Amino acid sequence: MNALKPVLSKPWIWSWLAAALTFAATALFTGGSSAFGLSQATLTFAAFSVMVGLGQMLVITLGPGNVDLSVPATITLSGTLALKFMETESSLILPGLLVAIVIGLAVGMANYALIKLLRIPPIIATLSMSFLVQSLAIWSNRGLRIKPPEALATFTTGTVFGVPNIALAGLLLSFVIWWLLERSIYGRWISAIGQSPFAARMAGIPVDGTRFVTYVLCAVLAAICGYLLASFSGGAALNMGTEYLLMSIAVVVIGGCAVAGGNSNVPGIWGASLFMFLVVSMLNTYGFGAGIRLMLTGLIIIAVIVAASRPLNGRK
Amino acid sequence: MNMTLEPPPVVSARGVRVAFGAVKALDGVDLDILPGEALGLVGHNGAGKSTIVNVINGGLTPHEGRLAYGGQESVAGGVGSARAGGVRCVFQELSLCPNLTIVENTRLMHRGLTGFGWRKRALALISQTLGDIFPGHRIDCTGTVGDLSIAERQMVEIAINFMTVTEAPRLVILDEPTSSLDAALAEQLMAHVRRFVGAGGSVLLISHILGEILSTSTRIVVMKDGKVVVTKPVAGFTAKSLVEAMGSVIKEKGHAAARAVAGDAPEVINLPASRGSVCGFSARKGEIIGLAGLGGHGQTDTLLSLYRARSSNWWPKRPEDIAFVAGDRSLNGTFPLWSILRNLSIGDLGALSSRFAIDHGREEALGEDWKAKTAIRTPDMHNPILSLSGGNQQKVLFARALSTPAAIVLMDDPMRGVDIGTKQDVYAIIRAEAEAGRTFVWYSTEMDEICLCDRVYVFRDGAIVAELKGEEISEDHVLAASFSGEAA
Repeated sequence: MNALKPVLSKPWIWSWLAAALTFAATALFTGGSSAFGLSQATLTFAAFSVMVGLGQMLVITLGPGNVDLSVPATITLSGTLALKFMETESSLILPGLLVAIVIGLAVGMANYALIKLLRIPPIIATLSMSFLVQSLAIWSNRGLRIKPPEALATFTTGTVFGVPNIALAGLLLSFVIWWLLERSIYGRWISAIGQSPFAARMAGIPVDGTRFVTYVLCAVLAAICGYLLASFSGGAALNMGTEYLLMSIAVVVIGGCAVAGGNSNVPGIWGASLFMFLVVSMLNTYGFGAGIRLMLTGLIIIAVIVAASRPLNGRK
Repeated sequence: MNMTLEPPPVVSARGVRVAFGAVKALDGVDLDILPGEALGLVGHNGAGKSTIVNVINGGLTPHEGRLAYGGQESVAGGVGSARAGGVRCVFQELSLCPNLTIVENTRLMHRGLTGFGWRKRALALISQTLGDIFPGHRIDCTGTVGDLSIAERQMVEIAINFMTVTEAPRLVILDEPTSSLDAALAEQLMAHVRRFVGAGGSVLLISHILGEILSTSTRIVVMKDGKVVVTKPVAGFTAKSLVEAMGSVIKEKGHAAARAVAGDAPEVINLPASRGSVCGFSARKGEIIGLAGLGGHGQTDTLLSLYRARSSNWWPKRPEDIAFVAGDRSLNGTFPLWSILRNLSIGDLGALSSRFAIDHGREEALGEDWKAKTAIRTPDMHNPILSLSGGNQQKVLFARALSTPAAIVLMDDPMRGVDIGTKQDVYAIIRAEAEAGRTFVWYSTEMDEICLCDRVYVFRDGAIVAELKGEEISEDHVLAASFSGEAA
């Protein structure tokens, strides 16, 4: 049992454990026949949650009060504008991605400008920004469903050796963020700011610069997610970002990151994203009605969070 | 009064042992505190002083040993039975709620203040107690604690603990009570302690300022490595023998006068005189500048604005220009979730990195280097920072600033709660670094430290009221300057 201790003390282990259990429960119910299809679907949809979850994680690491509520609107705007820009032309795929990233940059900068210049708390600033961004999306979309370029649609729904391309893209982004968080100076800085902004300032950390970069990164990740999601689902829709508001925050919390900031991890985001999708598919497989499904989802999430927060209490 | 019967000790501890992991914080401690006695407790950082305090006040249950309050064996243990035994404790890390008013904080400590009009009664009581202990204080007891300076908070906390609501305190524990008080306030407090003890109360006094211990205590207990090594009446000690009992030898105090900073060294700071100041603020390369005066008269603000003006809040920059050593650790010093090593290395990660990636090998080496240089008491630099005693945390903050290439080091009364041996080591490092061309700006509430400086600015109400050089630096001159504006 002692050999397991270092693994059990990791805050992300609970989300992975929960994901594995849910997967087993679902696969067993269908007699194992659906295991392959289920894992492909799970990987794909989890990857979208991972992309927004990573950005939200960085923001939440900045400490109490820091959260980005403009994530869904950014997803919608970037999906809409990028597809509109590409006009189903396969040659414009990369410039289209660039358009999405620029939208992310712009939203991130605008968010931090509101927070800093007008001294609005982040939760209000990003919420108001999300209305502005969503209105832009509505105005430019006008109810038309624009199709993605053929090659891009094929790529986003395709697989390499059975692994969905979207999951690989999510993995690549996760690795970048993991490196930033665990290996780079930037990661130390956001963790320091999350623990005590005053102490961080007096230790020579450029607090505003670091927070600015973090909000921009979060918006860029949401924009990339929007670009891929719109291409994957055959076109941008105005409500495509809606479910990612709570999802982005839930995966951070379930993944074992400290809600009060200062302490985050990337593996937990994956475990939590897989788990969040698997819970819904499990309850669907069991054939529960919508009401019971939502209730059970809530209860299961609470159970995982309680389990995940225990090692933290023990350490104190 | 029954004089034939020996009164039972207010607190009696027998064979108390406490271990935090591999560290034995208390290793079989016996301690009696009798009524009418001021017991002085001294020892190095990590000797176990704060741990025995926490055992006595019930905050920590000993792993072995027994505890009795007023002759009654404490069975249940905990804060409840300690308070029932009349034990009150003024903590080293202040424990008032900053968002509540002073009156409301009083209510938190004294459950007896209930019913209609408790605010009025609490206000009367706390105002009177504050006035008794610190005559002439200027604290508005209806204000919130958050608006008070750190010295005023300490005064309020002390007064709350000496207050009598339903029953009088029998033992008041003072853990470094004067660390943020200036000399005048400290003397008022010590006078009150003597009065309180004279009236039959007991005090457990912990202080690194040996003068206070020697002048105020009736008996002294010396602790070392979790054990009581000497217990004697105060008459048996001199400052020298006390330090020797603690296990460190006072090094010869070299006065700053021996050091002459070349008058033509380039100026690294030069600020014009602010409103109300008699002169501007300047510092030359290699100079040690002292900021003196009564506590909370703008010294810390001066340091903070100096730092803010010279470091960027937006753009990453190596700390080649300026570094800061916090005095109020939990406010702007430590990162509580991190290890000792990370708390140390955050000062200059740029030096440990190539292409923005932190080189863990170089980080480890830095940690071992400074662990040895400042004698940080830990088996492993990867332990959490909060596993260290207060003084050892302070050493980490020192190491953080000194390990940077910063040309100017600002120090915000950083020696609070640091033991004498370490202080001497740090003084030596500061002098050596100053010789090598680093500039220090040092706010201190301790006169000994001000006397180590080359030049001293005395502050009053946020302005510089005097500049003292070389031989002029003395306690008399600093005090005279601090009070000079009183009549105006």
